[in-house]
Order: sequence, then C-alpha cells, then structure tokens
Amino acid sequence: MPSLLRFENVCVTFEGTVKALDRMSFDVQQGQTRVLLGAAGSGKSVLLKVAMGLVRPTSGRVFVFDQDITNMPEKQLFDVRSRIGMLFQESALFDSMTVAQNVAYPLLNQKAISIKREEMEPAVRNSLRFVELEHTLERYPSELSGGMRRRVAIARAIVTKPQLLYYDSPTAGLDPITAHTIMALLIKERDADKSTSLIVTHRYQDGNLIANFRYNPETGRLEPAGPEGTSTVYMVLKDGKLVFEGSQEELELTTDSYIDKFVRRPEPAEQGGREE
Amino acid sequence: MLDFLKSPIAAIQEFFELAWQAVRNIGRKPHYLDDILIQMDSIGVGSIPIVLLTGFFSGAVMALQMGRALAQYGQTGQTGKVVSIILVRELGPVLTSVMVAGRNSSGIASELGSMKVTEQIDAMRALGTDPLKKLVTPRLVATAIMLPCLTVIDDFVGMVGGWVIAKLVYGLPSLQYWTFTWRALEWNDVGQGLLKPFLYAFAVSLVGCYYGLKASGGTQGVGRATTQAVVAASVIIFVLNLFIGKIFVSQSAS
Ligand SMILES: Nc1ncnc2c1ncn2[C@@H]1O[C@H](COP(=O)(O)OP(=O)(O)O)[C@@H](O)[C@H]1O
Ligand SMILES: [Mg+2]
Repeated sequence: MPSLLRFENVCVTFEGTVKALDRMSFDVQQGQTRVLLGAAGSGKSVLLKVAMGLVRPTSGRVFVFDQDITNMPEKQLFDVRSRIGMLFQESALFDSMTVAQNVAYPLLNQKAISIKREEMEPAVRNSLRFVELEHTLERYPSELSGGMRRRVAIARAIVTKPQLLYYDSPTAGLDPITAHTIMALLIKERDADKSTSLIVTHRYQDGNLIANFRYNPETGRLEPAGPEGTSTVYMVLKDGKLVFEGSQEELELTTDSYIDKFVRRPEPAEQGGREE
Repeated sequence: MLDFLKSPIAAIQEFFELAWQAVRNIGRKPHYLDDILIQMDSIGVGSIPIVLLTGFFSGAVMALQMGRALAQYGQTGQTGKVVSIILVRELGPVLTSVMVAGRNSSGIASELGSMKVTEQIDAMRALGTDPLKKLVTPRLVATAIMLPCLTVIDDFVGMVGGWVIAKLVYGLPSLQYWTFTWRALEWNDVGQGLLKPFLYAFAVSLVGCYYGLKASGGTQGVGRATTQAVVAASVIIFVLNLFIGKIFVSQSAS
C-alpha cells in the first residue's frame, strides 16, 4: 500500500521554547485509519496542522502523497491541501456565510478542483444529505447547535471527496448520543469512499467504534466489522512525543500508566461529561 | 543588552512584511471584488454619520475660536479662510482618519482576531484561499479609496459648521464667508489634504489586520488585539501627520 502521509523526525517549536512536537515519525498507508489519543496540549492539533501544511516543522520532514511538503511554497501547498479534507477542532465554519456557502467554499476556491456551475449545488446538497442536514442550507452557523456545526464542518471537509481526511476532536464537548452520531458518520464516510483518515479523540470508545464496526448501507446502522476487521492503528501522544503506535490489542496490553488512562473504559456515568 | 528592542523590531518587521504582501496582492489574481465592495460599504458608507457629526462640530468650534481671536486684529472677516485652511490641511485628514481608526481598525482587528482564534483563518488556507488576499488586501484597497472621500466630506461639513457659527455668532455675510473659504485653498492644500488620508488608510487598515491576525488566546486575546490596534493606528496617524506636514511646509517655503 502506498504511503499517504509520512513524518520523519518532525519537531515543532513555538516561540523558541514550547515543544509542541518532538521527533515525531510515523507512516500512514492508504486505507488506514489512525486514531490519535493524548491529553490536552499533547500536540494532536499541531500534528494535524503540520500534516496539512498549515504549520511548518522546525526540523524534520513531512511527506504527503509522497511529495515533500516541508519547504513547499504556499502556492503549491494549495494543490496538496485540495486533496485533503480537514475538520477543525472548533468546526471553524465561516460565521459570515450560510451553511450552503460554507460547504461550497472549497469547491469555489480550490484552484485544483474544477467543477461546473450546475454541478455545484447538487454536490453541496449531497454532502449535506450525507450528514443529514439538508434542511439547513440557508441557515447561518450561529443558528446551529454544536453537534450540527460539527456535521456541517464534516460536510465541508468531504465535499471535495478527498482521499485523505483529518478530523480534529470530532466528538469533543458533545453529549454521548450526538458523539455516537458523529462517529457513525465518520465510519460511513470511511466505508463509502474507502478514505484514509486521522482521527483525534480522547474518548476510547470512539476508537473502539472506528476499529471494530462498519457501516451497513442497507440498514443504515453500524454493525460489528467481523473477523477481517478494519485497518486501524492507534497512536498515543504525550508532551509532543509519540509514545505508542500499534493495534487495539497492543494498546490494551500496555502497562504504561499514561497510555492506560486512555484505555480504561469509562464508567457509564462519566460518558456524558464534557471533554476539554 | 538590547534584548528589549528585539520584540518591537520583530513586530515592525512583521508589519512591513504584511504591508508589502498586501500591496503586492493588489496586482495579483484572484481579485476578491465582492469583498472590496463589502468593505467599502462597511468602512466608507458606515463611517459617514460619525464623519458628518465630528466634521460639523469641529468646524463650528474652530470658527468660534478663530472668530474671537481674529476679532482682536479686526479681521473677523477672515474666519472662513482660516477655517478652510486648517480643515483641509490638518484637521480634516487627521480627525477623519482617527475616527475611522477608532471605528474600523478596531472592527477589523476584532473580526480577523475572532477568525484567528476560532481557526477560521487556518480553515481558509486549508480550503484554498490566501487570507492575505481574501481578507487583508480588500480591506486595504477599500480603506485607501474611502478614507480620502470621507475626508472630503468631513472638510465640507466642517466648513458648513464654520459658516453656521460665522453667520449666527459673528454675523458675517454668507457670500463673504464662502468666498474666503474657497479662495484660501491652493492646489498644494488640496493635494496635501488628499494624500494624507490616502497614506493614513494604510495605517488604519493594515494595523487592524496585523493585530487581528496575530491574536491568540481566545476571546481575551481578541479584546487585546482590538485595543492595541486602535491605539497603534491613532499614534501612527499623528506621527505621520507631523512628518508629512513638515515636508509640505518646507516645500511651500522654498
Ligand atoms: N500557534 C501556537 N503558538 C504557540 N503555541 C502553540 C500554538 N499552537 C499550539 N501551541 C502549543 O503547542 C502545544 C500543543 O497544542 P495542541 O496541539 O493544540 O494540543 P492538543 O493535543 O490539545 O490539540 C500546547 O502546549 C500549545 O500551547
Ligand atoms: Mg487540540
């Protein structure tokens, strides 16, 4: 399988002192799903921004689709970014635009994507239908709930049908039911488009869903993925360092106390708690 | 030893980098004409009420004071002349620019600042747009066009304010007032009066953009950026005004 995203000894330092990423190396192959776990401030968001070419590494190299983007000029980076979808931590919808305009934004502005005028509206509608929000086309982000905003942002991230997707904390701050809906959408997306993705979360059950369930298009529900499973790899970050990379079994066998905190299944009462 | 100078120098360098990019983008595609028009409306049309009010009252108070001062020399008739020269050369450009800075440098800083801290700026870059082209250049262009226009309005309303006082308080004939007002102005004054707001437009718009794009640390950071932008833009306007005034004074003296 070809490599879609590769970090080689990547360090990111802010203002000369804050080490956000520390000698990070990993390689994401096509078709894989990576679940990124880690405490707040451990560098998860920075990792995704570096992988998107939004933050430049202080040292080390980053390859996306086998192209070295480490020192790539911003102009060329736009082409690389147009093949990646990204959900930001706080959704990052444009307040001044309607839901429809938000979702159409990448179609209109990505130079590498040429879409005919008459195909624009159906594409936007499709993408919103995918997240079950077709009825919000003309509303403004400020009129939507947090979960709906997250879903609109997912629609915007996938409207260009990218091969590679980054989701920053898709379930953070949501109630368990909404969080489950969002995870189901991500699984549906993965299974429908066979996309490769990096998913940041601090809920172990999110990883568990992604790793062991698949979307059944007939029933519209999640079901156990069966013995062949999914190709899900877990990564755990601590203070900018990659302290674990491996499968769910390996994760569950770990004895490290930091990693163990993400594995322990939360008691039911904890599930509704806000994160961050 | 000079460490304390490091961060202001770095900031100035960053600011000029931003300014240079913003200016360079004027000639580059894509041009976001819609955004320029929206900003012209918000910065230009939106500022008209405040410019009308401050213009009128500043002209009026100047006529009031000048009329009295000139009366000592028996020259009350010259009030229109003095009012128009001061308005067109100095007060109109500075007052308008400072008002617009208070209204729009802060507005720009808070809008861009909130976009920054909610990752909308990152999202723009992720989705194929250069924030400098989409956000900064349209604001610069719109301000550079609208600020001179607003200054002309301010100058005129100020003269009207002066006329009201000249007529009601000092009983000057209207024709005399307007004739003096009009004749007092030379091309040099008009050029100076238009060049100034054009240059201050860079301070008003770019300082707002600079602090907005640099904002960090949530809503508090946005508030901080907003205040800093107004203070910095206003100070820059007053400093530039002295330098430009000096250039024009020495030019017309020679
Ligand atoms: N633009 C920035 N400037 C300075 N420090 C930053 C910036 N972005 C992130 N950091 C710092 O980098 C570290 C990792 O942040 P982040 O990736 O957002 O953590 P998280 O894992 O919660 O997403 C934190 O210490 C944060 O303060
Ligand atoms: Mg984060």
